[in-house]
Amino acid sequence: MSKERLVIDPTACRGHGLCAELLPELVRLDDWGYPIIDKGPVPPALIGRARRAVHICPTLALALRPTVGAEVPGSGREQLPSGP
Amino acid sequence: MSPIRTEALEARTAAAGMSGALRVLAGPAGPGPEPLEAHLHRLGDLPVLGSHLIEVTARARLRGRGGAGFPTSKKLAAVAAAASWGRSPVVIGNGSESEPLSSKDELLLRRRPHLVLDGLELAARAVASSEIYLVVSQSYPEALRAVRQALKERSRERLGDPVRLLSGRPGFVSGEETALISRIEGRGGRPRARPPLVVERGLGGHPTLVQNVETLAQLALLARFGPEWYAEAGTPDEPGTTLVTLAGAVARPGVFETAFGTPLKALLDAGGADTSSRALLVGGYFGGWLSTGALGGRGYSRSELAELDVSPGAGVLMVLSGSACGLRAGATAVRWLAQQSSRQCGPCTFGLPAIANALLQLSEPGRTDDDALERVRRWCSDVEGRGACHHPDGAVRLARSTLRVFSEELGRHRDGSCVAEAAPDPGMATARSAP
Repeated sequence: MSKERLVIDPTACRGHGLCAELLPELVRLDDWGYPIIDKGPVPPALIGRARRAVHICPTLALALRPTVGAEVPGSGREQLPSGP
Repeated sequence: MSPIRTEALEARTAAAGMSGALRVLAGPAGPGPEPLEAHLHRLGDLPVLGSHLIEVTARARLRGRGGAGFPTSKKLAAVAAAASWGRSPVVIGNGSESEPLSSKDELLLRRRPHLVLDGLELAARAVASSEIYLVVSQSYPEALRAVRQALKERSRERLGDPVRLLSGRPGFVSGEETALISRIEGRGGRPRARPPLVVERGLGGHPTLVQNVETLAQLALLARFGPEWYAEAGTPDEPGTTLVTLAGAVARPGVFETAFGTPLKALLDAGGADTSSRALLVGGYFGGWLSTGALGGRGYSRSELAELDVSPGAGVLMVLSGSACGLRAGATAVRWLAQQSSRQCGPCTFGLPAIANALLQLSEPGRTDDDALERVRRWCSDVEGRGACHHPDGAVRLARSTLRVFSEELGRHRDGSCVAEAAPDPGMATARSAP
C-alpha cells in the first residue's frame, strides 16, 4: 500500500482552519491562523480523517499525494530552485 | 594547458578584446549598444551547435547567473528531455533584474544586446525551441531600446528566430520564473506553487527554459571559444567569470567582471570600499551578511562564500557604511521584502511584516528585549518553506543573517547604545529607485 502525505497549495489557503480542527495530530495553526502541516506520511489510522480534511477544505487547498521514495519530485530545492 | 589552446584561439580572443577576466564586458566602451556588424566582426559568427551545447555547458560547468546558480546543462537537458515527449519547448531570457541593488543585467542588455540574443538563440537551438521571449524590466528604457534595435538588425540579416520582447512588471517577485511566465501569459504575474516544475510544464503548459541574461551572454562566448578557454579564468571547481554589482559605501559603485576566486578584499579595494565598514551584504536582498573581519583571504566563489553561510546570488556586493547600524539596515531590508510579497500566501503576507516589525523594534537602541528576539526566531521557523515561492525564505534568511552577524550590535542595543550614534543611515541607497 502506497503512503500518502498531506500537501497544501498555499495560494489557495485562506486560513479557515478546518483542517487543524479535524486533524490536530498533523496540523497546527501558526500565529496568523494558517496551517503548518506535518511533512511525513499520514499514519494509516489517520488516513480517514485526512481524506475528510481534504474534502471539507472550503478552498480545496489540501490534497493527499503519494510519497515516492525520499522526496516528491519537484517539491525540493535540490531540484530546480527558482530565485527572484 | 589544453592542446585545444591554439594560436588561432589566442588570436581570436585577442581580436575579441578579451583578456584575463574581461569577457562579456570586452568590446567598445561607451554607453550604447554594440551594433551587430561590430559584434560579429569582433567575436565571429555564432556557431551552430544544436543540442551539442548541452555537453559544452556541462564541460564548462556553467551555472546560472540569476541568483540560484543552478547548473545550466542540467536545466537545458531537463527541458530537452521534456520536449522529447512531444510538447514544443519555450525559451525565456530573464532580464527582469528585480534585485534592486543589481544593475549588471541592465548594463549587458544596453551595451551588449547581441551577446544576450546570441545566447538566447543558442539555448533555443539546444532544446529545439522556436518560441523565444525576452523580458526586460520596464524601468530600463535604454536597454529596451537597445534590444529592439538589435532585434531589427538581426531580422534584417535574417539571423536567428524571432524573439518576442516584453517589458517586465515592477516588483521584487516579478522576476521569479513562474511569475515571469504568468506575466507573459497575460495573467497576474504572480508566482505559483510547484509541482509542476517549469522545465516540465511552464508557459502554456509547455516545457520552459528560463535563463538570466548574463547566463545567456556567457553562453554566447562559451559556444564560440569552448569550455577549455572558459576554464582559463576562475578556479578549477568554479571556472569562468561573473558580473558583480558593487554598491553601498564605495567610491566606485557599479558593475565589473571578475573571475571566480578573486579575493574579496581585492574586489572591495578596487571599488574603493569604506575601510571602516564592518559588514557586506552578499547577494543583495535575497542574500545574507558577511562580517568583513571574517573575510580573511577568501575569494569570491560559491564554495568559499558558503563557508560564511552566504552565496553570490545575483552578484551584488553591498558595503555597509562603517557608521551605519547593521541591525537597522537589515530590518529595513526585511521590511521592504515584506512589502514586496505578492500576498498570495498567508505565512508570507502576515509573517514577513511581523518579522520585520520585530526586527525594527530590535534595531532601536534600548528597545531590545528577549521576547522580541524569541518571537522573530519562532516566526522565522514557522514561515520558512510555507510559501508558493521562495520569497519568504529569502526574507527569513536575511532576518536570521542580520541577527547572527550583528549579534554584538544587539548586545549594544540592549545597553541602550548603537554604533550609529548619529541618526542611523542604513547606507543602502542605490542609484536606482531605493526601497
